[in-house]
Amino acid sequence: MSAKTNFEIPLEPERYELRAGSPYRFDLDRRDFFKFLGAGIVVVSVLKPAVVAQESGGGRRRGESLPKEIAAWLHIGEDGKVTVYTGKVEVGQNIRTSLTQAVSEELHVPISKIELVMGDTKLTPFDMGTFGSRTTPTMNLQLRRVAAAARDTLIGLAAAQWKVDAQRLVAADGKIKDPQGNRSVEYAALTKGQQLTQELPAEDPLIPAADWRVAGQSTPKVDGRDFVTGRHRYPSDQKLPDMLYGKVLRPAAFGATLVSLDATKSEQMGATVVHDGDFVGVAAPTSRLAESALEAIRADWKAEPQPSTKELFDYLRKNTTEGHDVTGDGDSYNVGSVDQALSSADHKVTSTYTVAYIAHVPLEPRAALAKWDGDQLTVWTGTQRPFGVRGQLAEAFHMPEDHVRVFMPDTGAAYGGKHTGETAIEAARLAKAAKRPVKLVWTREEEFTWAYFRPAGVIDVMAGIRKDGTITAWEMHNYNSGSAGIRTYYDVPNQRIVFHSVNSPLRQGSYRALAATANHFARESHMDELAHAVKMDSLEFRLKNLKDERLRAVFHAAAKQFGWGKTKTAGQGFGMGGGYEKLGNIATFAEVNVDVKSGEVKVVRVVSAFECGAIVNPDNLRNQIEGSNVQGLGGALFEAIEFENGKILNGRLSQYRVPRFSDLPKLETVLVDRKDIPSVGAGECPMIGLAPAIANAIFDATGTRLRSLPLVPNGLKAS
Amino acid sequence: MATIQLAINGKSYSVETDAQTSLLTVLREHLDLTGSKYGCGEGQCGACTVLVDGKSQRSCITRVGTVSGKQITTIEGLATGEQLHPVQQVFLDEGAMQCAYCTSGMIMSAVALLKKNPSPNESEIVDFMDGNVCRCGTYSRIITAIQKAAKMQGPAMAKGASR
Repeated sequence: MSAKTNFEIPLEPERYELRAGSPYRFDLDRRDFFKFLGAGIVVVSVLKPAVVAQESGGGRRRGESLPKEIAAWLHIGEDGKVTVYTGKVEVGQNIRTSLTQAVSEELHVPISKIELVMGDTKLTPFDMGTFGSRTTPTMNLQLRRVAAAARDTLIGLAAAQWKVDAQRLVAADGKIKDPQGNRSVEYAALTKGQQLTQELPAEDPLIPAADWRVAGQSTPKVDGRDFVTGRHRYPSDQKLPDMLYGKVLRPAAFGATLVSLDATKSEQMGATVVHDGDFVGVAAPTSRLAESALEAIRADWKAEPQPSTKELFDYLRKNTTEGHDVTGDGDSYNVGSVDQALSSADHKVTSTYTVAYIAHVPLEPRAALAKWDGDQLTVWTGTQRPFGVRGQLAEAFHMPEDHVRVFMPDTGAAYGGKHTGETAIEAARLAKAAKRPVKLVWTREEEFTWAYFRPAGVIDVMAGIRKDGTITAWEMHNYNSGSAGIRTYYDVPNQRIVFHSVNSPLRQGSYRALAATANHFARESHMDELAHAVKMDSLEFRLKNLKDERLRAVFHAAAKQFGWGKTKTAGQGFGMGGGYEKLGNIATFAEVNVDVKSGEVKVVRVVSAFECGAIVNPDNLRNQIEGSNVQGLGGALFEAIEFENGKILNGRLSQYRVPRFSDLPKLETVLVDRKDIPSVGAGECPMIGLAPAIANAIFDATGTRLRSLPLVPNGLKAS
Repeated sequence: MATIQLAINGKSYSVETDAQTSLLTVLREHLDLTGSKYGCGEGQCGACTVLVDGKSQRSCITRVGTVSGKQITTIEGLATGEQLHPVQQVFLDEGAMQCAYCTSGMIMSAVALLKKNPSPNESEIVDFMDGNVCRCGTYSRIITAIQKAAKMQGPAMAKGASR
């Protein structure tokens, strides 16, 4: 993995992977379908052509087989039990609950009677992955439609049974009721003996958000009890009879090649040793023996010199790959004449901002359990892209995808960091050699070193402004950190905004909120620099240059809750940041306290106002916003990966600081519920306003403008 | 290799292993008690927290040979049948989790804290819990849950705390 070949993870996968989506292959015919699911009613949601091209890669329907363009399906068994199948996965964002609410709402079945089968490539329809805050705007809607169609099918069955007009029947509490005839029938009685499939009508009337009874409520985590009792089995908890434990030999540095290898001792210890190209691994009946066998391997590596942290930002500027467009949707945005507008501006402000590489640190490291049955491979693993990992496995082992089943048990977090299937491939390779199932769990050090990072970046901003506070020119160049959120939502007539892709010295990829954090940090910090240049209030200055009503609304809401404009005491500072990302709108206000003597910066209070359309689950939404702020605190204040010549220098939890209880500010959340706007995701957007809000508050407290994330890894004086 | 006697959740176990093996490995691999989690392997994250004679201990850096004969409680031993321990219940009630991978360790640490200090104030909670990481960032909910548990009195609480 040399510095030249690090682009295996696209920076903006939600766009990249849309185009690269592999076609869904569902070859069961209708009879097989019921053999597989049991009798009852099945409703499938068929994607519309425009969506199909994006989400499933296309395909045509034929004969008696079910359509290939399925997004999700729902089965109501003869016992009335509802099972919903979706390729989305649960990594703590709580979609198992919010999607269950959606089905419960439209189908009129209690939450407890609904089960979601998620992220199993054998049982669920193709899904490109769980990222980009797409579950709520897409899958939530699909499942509501499926559930609504199932309800109408049941009403139709009851109407036929009673020989009455379907219009007079209603669904409630898992029954179809006939208020005029004063009778009712359980869903189970209607599904008994049926083998009925139904595709979605093109346009199905859904219950408007204003009338929601189950959706819109703070439903607790549906399987929460399994988590507080330790009963839930995460990927790393999976176990099979005769299972071995696997370990993989890691190179001495990134991109190092193996010069010599001696694994004789490891074999003598009873371990299975695999040496296949660059891959060296062991499997043994206990993890302790596997560790000892790995330690007993003698290996020499040859590594090339590589860039280090100290020259990182120079390196990024000098190693652009102009013309190589990783996102594929255009990296440059031009309007008006920036040069003219800059030369005629009353004030010009030019600044450079930087962001460090940071690590996701999902508390559960990558893990996989692999098992071969002849030429059929089954893998349990924690990934945001089970179908993507299936493709990787098929490629690695030169086999058709339908010989591979990837199953994703609800996983110990991901944050954009688990798009890839390293452990799945490693465990499968070892299992193939050992002819027994193999489980492989990365150590924390492996997770820090051999996963991928949020991209580092350099961002230059030049802006021109009139004396009255009108922004006339905006030029922004982002080197490497990504183009998500790069466009400005402020109204500027002359803009030049460019993303420059770079040969990254470290393996990099997705991270919660992607580059939107970096781009908002630069933009919202620069907005304060401009406000300062014309001696305007930060809020007034933003609102003067902002027309978007939804974004204005969250700035107003957060300012009101925060008490913007109040007087401050010594060491205290107030700041704001906000923006638009993944269809949501956020404004974040921060209060910091700076101890001038020690240089300690404490974030005391954070107020967030967030709007993501009609709210599906208010308590979970608050939880996501609070979590975004706590996680965002790390990248804003102190998280940074240090590396030197192909090695990570701080790849342990004792060396890499993550936010803890003692870092927790007072968190206040204002939810702006727009029942008239479709619901969108909330796992990412709430994070983007925090870093600039803190930087602006530190400036407010001290007059010192910090332009690098993390802001204060060593306190204010040393930074 | 040695035969190690362990008392876990009120049951006796006899395990064939090296005394240097970590308690976490023995729990997860030998006894299939997978509620205690691996997070860092160096006692920095608290996901592996169990009670040893009523006190919280990081099982990933505890050698199994050192806890032979001591009373060990894991997350699996906290509830009484279907009756959740009050700390488990408040975590559910407060929605004090997201991915919940840290939750076992959080609950075990909270039980140990409440045994030591039945009515901790916020800064005492922060101090005691600071070695437990929730990367999803649910700290404020966990603090609220612990405060709520502290207010709950009753036989269930006393029972849990006495373990």
